[in-house]
Amino acid sequence: MERLSVELCGWKLDNPVIPASGTFGFGYEFAQFYDINRLGSIATKGTTRESRYGNPTPRIAECDRGMINAVGLQNPGIDKVISEEFPKLKEVYHKKVVANVSGFSVEEYVECAMKMDKEDIVGIIEINISCPNVSHGGMSFGTDPQAAAEVTRAVKAVTTKPVFIKLTPNVTDIVAIAKAVEEAGADGISMINTLLGARFDLKTGKPIIANIMGGFSGPAIKPVALRMVYQVYKAVSIPIIGIGGIATAEDVIEMMSAGATAIQVGAENCRNPYACMQIIEDLPKVMDRYGIKTLKEIIGRAHR
Amino acid sequence: MKTLQKCKVLSNVPLTHDVYRMILENDTSWIHHPGQFVNVTIEGQYLKRPISICDWDEHSLTLIYKVVGKGTEIMSQKIAGDVMEILTDLGNGFHTETAANEVVLLGGGVGVPPMFGTAKQCLKEGKKVHVILGFASKKDAFYLDEFKQLGVDVSVCTNDGTLGTKGFVTDVMKEKGLTDVFYMACGPLPMLKAIYQTSNAKGLLSFEERMGCGFGACMGCSCKTITGYKRICVEGPVMESEDILWKD
Repeated sequence: MERLSVELCGWKLDNPVIPASGTFGFGYEFAQFYDINRLGSIATKGTTRESRYGNPTPRIAECDRGMINAVGLQNPGIDKVISEEFPKLKEVYHKKVVANVSGFSVEEYVECAMKMDKEDIVGIIEINISCPNVSHGGMSFGTDPQAAAEVTRAVKAVTTKPVFIKLTPNVTDIVAIAKAVEEAGADGISMINTLLGARFDLKTGKPIIANIMGGFSGPAIKPVALRMVYQVYKAVSIPIIGIGGIATAEDVIEMMSAGATAIQVGAENCRNPYACMQIIEDLPKVMDRYGIKTLKEIIGRAHR
Repeated sequence: MKTLQKCKVLSNVPLTHDVYRMILENDTSWIHHPGQFVNVTIEGQYLKRPISICDWDEHSLTLIYKVVGKGTEIMSQKIAGDVMEILTDLGNGFHTETAANEVVLLGGGVGVPPMFGTAKQCLKEGKKVHVILGFASKKDAFYLDEFKQLGVDVSVCTNDGTLGTKGFVTDVMKEKGLTDVFYMACGPLPMLKAIYQTSNAKGLLSFEERMGCGFGACMGCSCKTITGYKRICVEGPVMESEDILWKD
């Protein structure tokens, strides 16, 4: 499967398909459906210093070609993730993960990143400065270039593994944020997180989501993600993991053409547990159709 | 085992003005407890629809659902011979083997269907079974004859008194002196809470929530319980009444 392989900061992935954080738990739930070792990697559930329940329910609202979630970073906290979730994952998965970390202060990001950095199972530390579902943290670091750079610098100072910064699309100029984190030492960028959205019940007129707003994801946001990946690829020289509405092998090719080195599949895992495996199986056929020999050769070809 | 399966629709008929029964051809050997659910793929709709299992035999699966939106409306238009896709083996279901030898089963509205399979299972286990079914009005009632044919003690109530006792399932529970009997129930949240408050016994309650994936990955349907955070789709939908943190 050499033709599917890609490289992220010296880490060779069998294929570019990575389930996105928050849509795949800690991976092992999916081992019921297929051998998850076939994935390029897995981005694990957003982890914070303390255990979090998250927001009240309803946390999910369906949309046309997508969904809104307002989970709010439910996770058992970094210590339990390392002592309980990672061992469970290791029973069924033998590759490295993209460990997604979130926080409410620079200190919290630093503490979680330091702990993740010591774990063998962690290949990349993905710093989520873009969660739209928590107040005073998360996205507030991702909407300001200085704050984004500050988190990046602080995390880079205490880690040895590649650090990817996960960006929010809920900004006026994503290129400015991307440049700021690159200058601050980020090894790569994951983009995009969800778009802020809302839905209202037709009978009652009230918001469907208890938290009123949530993150909109799914195929409907793909053009926004493609546009932003294209813009950022032009402006930075670090690798991009492209995220946003990817549901098919064709979507992977399109996202890589825009500039992504690897991709993450999010919402689609919720509607079809086999989505990532299906994409991996379809990729060679679709590559043949478009005369693509290896995926590496198409990264950023829109710019050439 | 959880699998995505395509199954032929054997029948799909209305039971009331907005409640339908769909029977699917399916090898149901995966079902381990009544009250489990399947997640039904609806073409043109992004997410699947979680629907509890009403009844099953070796070769077929019965789903009873209410048309509440576009997804269930599309489902109601399916005819025999159409193919549906379902994600199977979801949820814990009612672990009837942990219940007492005498049980009262309560169903409210579209919460009635899972209690049918539960009643059958309890009878198979030799339990004494009382059934109390609640509906908004006579026009909303369904499956009364099916329950009676099981040979169990069935009582009915409606909010407006057009059928059976006027009032709630808890009124019937008191009237029939069943407040000390182990209960299992499915219905709207206020009904479940009223049962918990009315009964002196322990019980199992089946909850409903808007779901993302239905198999435990997205954390969309979490709830807080006394013994920690639980996912309605994996650790539920059936919870022990004493484990629930009841809100005001």
